[in-house]
Amino acid sequence: MPEIDSHASAVTAENVIKQFGRFAALRGITAEFAAGKMYVVLGDNGAGKTTLLRTIAGLAQPTRGTISVLGSTSIKFVRARIGYMAHPSMLYDEMTGMENLRYFGRLYGVSSANCRNAILSVKLDPDLDRLVGQYSQGMRQRMSLARAILNDPELLLLDEPFSNVDFRSAREMSGLLVQIRDRGKTLFVVTHQPGLLESVADEFVYMESGRITDRSPKLRTVAQ
Amino acid sequence: MSFLEITRSTLIKDIRLEWRSKDAINAMLFFALLVVVIFSFSFDPDAEESRRIAGGLIWVAFLFAAVVALNQTWARELRNQVLDAYRVSPAPANPLFLAKALGNFIFVSILELLMTPLFVIFYKLRALGPAWELVPIALLGTWALVINGTFFAAISLRTRSREIMLPLLLFPISLPALLGMVNATTAVLTGDAPARFWIALLLAYDVVFTTACLFLFELVLEAE
Repeated sequence: MPEIDSHASAVTAENVIKQFGRFAALRGITAEFAAGKMYVVLGDNGAGKTTLLRTIAGLAQPTRGTISVLGSTSIKFVRARIGYMAHPSMLYDEMTGMENLRYFGRLYGVSSANCRNAILSVKLDPDLDRLVGQYSQGMRQRMSLARAILNDPELLLLDEPFSNVDFRSAREMSGLLVQIRDRGKTLFVVTHQPGLLESVADEFVYMESGRITDRSPKLRTVAQ
Repeated sequence: MSFLEITRSTLIKDIRLEWRSKDAINAMLFFALLVVVIFSFSFDPDAEESRRIAGGLIWVAFLFAAVVALNQTWARELRNQVLDAYRVSPAPANPLFLAKALGNFIFVSILELLMTPLFVIFYKLRALGPAWELVPIALLGTWALVINGTFFAAISLRTRSREIMLPLLLFPISLPALLGMVNATTAVLTGDAPARFWIALLLAYDVVFTTACLFLFELVLEAE
């Protein structure tokens, strides 16, 4: 069993390469991300943002290099402390929001009351008797966020949380993310709408062709 | 959460999803019904001949119909990337597999309960051997089909043509079990020989393959 260092940074990557066949989605990423901060990951389509998130979440194994998450090189031992929201909803369309969260909550040993709280925190109604398949895209995104945070994760990985969400709801979601960060949690947010997090993010991580090309506390303008 | 609790929650969730969508049951029923009707039109056997061939017809019909359900089992986990939500959770892999296998066992058993009377009517069947032996034959035979079927459906999940891949993987490895089911059923129907050897073979097959599948499933789930 690998040792878990509770004082380590949230994520440490050392020369991480991820290949799909002959295509390298990540090309030697070496970086350290401190705990308790909000990182906004930016880049064009195909830059490797989603692959980076999936690799941190343990859904993809690095072809080469090592990645340490919450002080452990074996993701198995820290899964209970991670939350992951993908671009698709990761919810069953044929179940209600509460039924979905109750099921996923059981996988984490989370009570029904906590599932209700997670739904309420994203401003949805836990008693809504409507199947997720009948939700609007924005509601689905918010329920997906509720699923990702139901175990109160120390590390929250969010892939395009604001896509297809109206401006007001996106603002509410970003407010919730700030609250989570202020409770000492680490967040990685992949988004094409960095403006929503411009004033609250701790660092903007720029990716290009599978590499981290820049890290900056300020959002770069397009011309830069 | 314990192994059994996660298995139970996943099984209930799968039954709920099937109850609402009826994807697998409807497809299996129509397929099996077609097979019964087409076979009955193709052959016009007397009672003696029926007893000799019915074992083969019944199990081949169930095997083909079961493949439909087996493909559905994992297909619904791929929609919205729900399987990844399980993979990022701290829940172990085997409860998911066991719940899927139990769910398929229930669905295929329902199919068998509904279709067996039709076989009896269409083929004017009457067991000359101990009819009670058909119960362990059905239980062990069905488990043999679903345990490997669930496992190979998971393997073929990420292949491009998984509907074709599953029978290609499943049918060859199911041959010893199929031999056991057909010969045991024929032995009971004709009363010519005891079915005990074939029942023992099915039991051994089930034990070996259930153990092997449980041992290997984590590798299948974590594969990219």
